[in-house]
Amino acid sequence: MAIDVELLKGIPYFAGLSAADLEAVSQRMFEQSIERGDMILLEDDPSEAIYFVVSGAVKVFKTSIEGKEQILCLLRVGESFNDVPILDGGPNLASAVAMTPIVLYGMTRSDIEELLRENPRIAMNVIRVLSKKVRHFVSMVEDLSFRDVTSRVAKLLLEYATDHGGPEEGTQRPRLTQQEMAAMVGTAREVVGRSLKVLEEEGAIRMDRHRIVVTNRKALQQMSGVT
Amino acid sequence: MFEMPIINVELCNGCGLCLTVCECGALIITGSIVTIQETDDCGYCTECEAVCPTGAIQCPYEIIVEDTFEQTLQQGVE
Repeated sequence: MAIDVELLKGIPYFAGLSAADLEAVSQRMFEQSIERGDMILLEDDPSEAIYFVVSGAVKVFKTSIEGKEQILCLLRVGESFNDVPILDGGPNLASAVAMTPIVLYGMTRSDIEELLRENPRIAMNVIRVLSKKVRHFVSMVEDLSFRDVTSRVAKLLLEYATDHGGPEEGTQRPRLTQQEMAAMVGTAREVVGRSLKVLEEEGAIRMDRHRIVVTNRKALQQMSGVT
Repeated sequence: MFEMPIINVELCNGCGLCLTVCECGALIITGSIVTIQETDDCGYCTECEAVCPTGAIQCPYEIIVEDTFEQTLQQGVE
């Protein structure tokens, strides 16, 4: 299927390119359609191409030996993935799965290298995209290593469970989204999701559909550092 | 009544990404915005909220105490 040059304009790698440059890019692209739930990349496999999301959403994640998953990012239209392995020649850094039916545009290493040599504007765009990604991952490293997010989420749940233990008549119990919890403890939504899983595994809470049930307040206190 | 994700129609841009991630068919496009239908099949996976690019979908949690550990201890004392 032909590559849609209009869609290329929305990809940061190709921002500000002339019509002729976009045409040159489109000549090197290939299109790939993937069903929801299908794996696109496997961590540590040899890298073959860089991908751009044209429709749908992609989850990029790492998996531990025990099978625990850490989401690195959710990607939507215009965003790229597998950039680093394609540029440094190493294996895939992470796995990627289609969260929805998706359409990707892809480009092989030799083609992207050729484009970078030919067009300094693309090279500058790539530097900007990679810099943004470095900022995202540095912030995530900070969250996961220096800030004990799980204990802060535990503290937040304790405060809510204690302050709002029972709704007064005619009032609704305050509710929080994962995004709001993330904003309240100063982290990303993905990290809150992981923290809730940890708290559930430790038996302090139970995720019961739209309820977070504190099943062991003492354990939650210990994990929050509140005595 | 099942609690369902909440759609803020003013923020919804009708991109439909949430529909493609929803496994229970609770979300439908009406006109150019997403609406939600109540269904027992919604497992509150919150993926619609996660993928929404405009923050139009919210999956709020009620936080309640049901301390089975304390209850077990109390029953032991009694």
